[in-house]
Amino acid sequence: MSTPTIENGAAAVTAAARRLPTEVKIVGAVVFTFVVVATPREAMWAFALYFSIVAAVCVAARIRLSWLLPRMSIELPFLVLAVLLPFAESGTRVEWLGLSLSVPGLYAAWGIVVKGTLGVLASLILAATTPVQDLPGGLTRLHVPPLITTVVLLMLRYATLLAAEAKSMDIARRSRGDDPRMLHRIGATARGVGSLFVRAYERGERVHWAMLSRGFTGAVPATGSAATRTAWAFGLMPAALAGAVCAAAWGGL
Amino acid sequence: MSTSPAVELEGVQHVYPDGRHALRGIDLAVEPGERVAVLGPNGSGKTTLMLHLNGVLAPSSGTVRIGGTPVTRRTLRGIRSRVGLVFQNPDDQLFMPTVSQDVAFGPANFGVPEPELGSRVQSALEAVGMEEHSGRTTMHLSAGQQRRVALATVLSCRPEVLVLDEPSNDLDPVSRRELAEVLLGLGTTMLVVTHDLPYAAQLCTRAVILNDGRLAADGPIETILSDSGLLAQNRLELPWGFSLTPREAHTHGGE
Repeated sequence: MSTPTIENGAAAVTAAARRLPTEVKIVGAVVFTFVVVATPREAMWAFALYFSIVAAVCVAARIRLSWLLPRMSIELPFLVLAVLLPFAESGTRVEWLGLSLSVPGLYAAWGIVVKGTLGVLASLILAATTPVQDLPGGLTRLHVPPLITTVVLLMLRYATLLAAEAKSMDIARRSRGDDPRMLHRIGATARGVGSLFVRAYERGERVHWAMLSRGFTGAVPATGSAATRTAWAFGLMPAALAGAVCAAAWGGL
Repeated sequence: MSTSPAVELEGVQHVYPDGRHALRGIDLAVEPGERVAVLGPNGSGKTTLMLHLNGVLAPSSGTVRIGGTPVTRRTLRGIRSRVGLVFQNPDDQLFMPTVSQDVAFGPANFGVPEPELGSRVQSALEAVGMEEHSGRTTMHLSAGQQRRVALATVLSCRPEVLVLDEPSNDLDPVSRRELAEVLLGLGTTMLVVTHDLPYAAQLCTRAVILNDGRLAADGPIETILSDSGLLAQNRLELPWGFSLTPREAHTHGGE
């Protein structure tokens, strides 16, 4: 079958990085991001250290730059905003290449760019090392509310199915001479979306019956074993290092 | 096990909220180990009947008993671990990210602890010949494999009664035969809801015909399937070129 799947998104990384329990990686990525955001933006050396931590993790897990870079483009809209800030902000100004730039604006832009980039990198490392099918189990073991875990689980499973259904409906429509690019056909498109919604709703009902039949009571049971102390200690090392850097940055101010 | 039937329905009626009568008084008893085909045209109430057997739908009146236990709100959990429903579309049945997680879903919900859970998953996958696919995503499997995994997700609950809705849908001839071999090897009480008459003949020894929410016939499957008048009355017919002689019906029957 040629259905595109979530599995294809994962990068080729070392087995050790993949085997590290999902909940450890989630906590690691979240803590690291919070630490980065909490660091004063004037402590530029701290950010240099953060980047070296990220680089070390990438090297250790063998995440290729060719996998990482294209996916970082998600950050672009924020970079555009950051570029505007030095011009738009008020306060003390400096002259640079004939441009008058605001100093607080420059700091704000630097903060957005560097913290945003580090945050995106942390999530990408999580994505590269975690097969998506492990995500619901990890979330359950982190005691995320069962409703959220169930929603994530069903979304992962049915998003591609729904897309395939939409595609086959589209093909059926085009086969009967419809051209969705024409504005006056927008009614047909809207009805298509409507019937897709109804179909998704009915499928949801059938899936719920199937879940009830196998004893579902509102929470997806966690399969697999919980992370060991060693796994926690090992997996949280980058985040702990970043925490130390952050503390030093505040202490040095 | 006592002498009570594996499945017993008494005056079961079901009216949907929109006022449509799906079941108009069903009386049916299935003995332990029996394999019964539930035949009937589209919209005759077959799926509604099936959803009553484990309490997903509750009858508007009448009672359903499984092994002598009435299906009520209080007994629901136990009933669901004893009656396994395999739905028509495996896409509705398989919702966990991997095959083994899906097969573990039922027994984990019913409180089976870890070392036993693993062995149940393993033996259910072995029973359907899918053990080498346990780590795969269900979306990547062929229709026949999905159907077999869907069966495994129910077998892992160790049900006393197995209810299958259109098990032969979307299956190529080889997958059909393979699934039949698996099902005939199980030995559990089985209800097969279908309008695939040859497949019903292959799997079951007894047949009931459901039409417009009522039981129109009940008897040995070869008697029912060789009565072309009865079949025609209920919008059923054997495929073109197919004729059922009693001998053929017996090749897989009995036990």
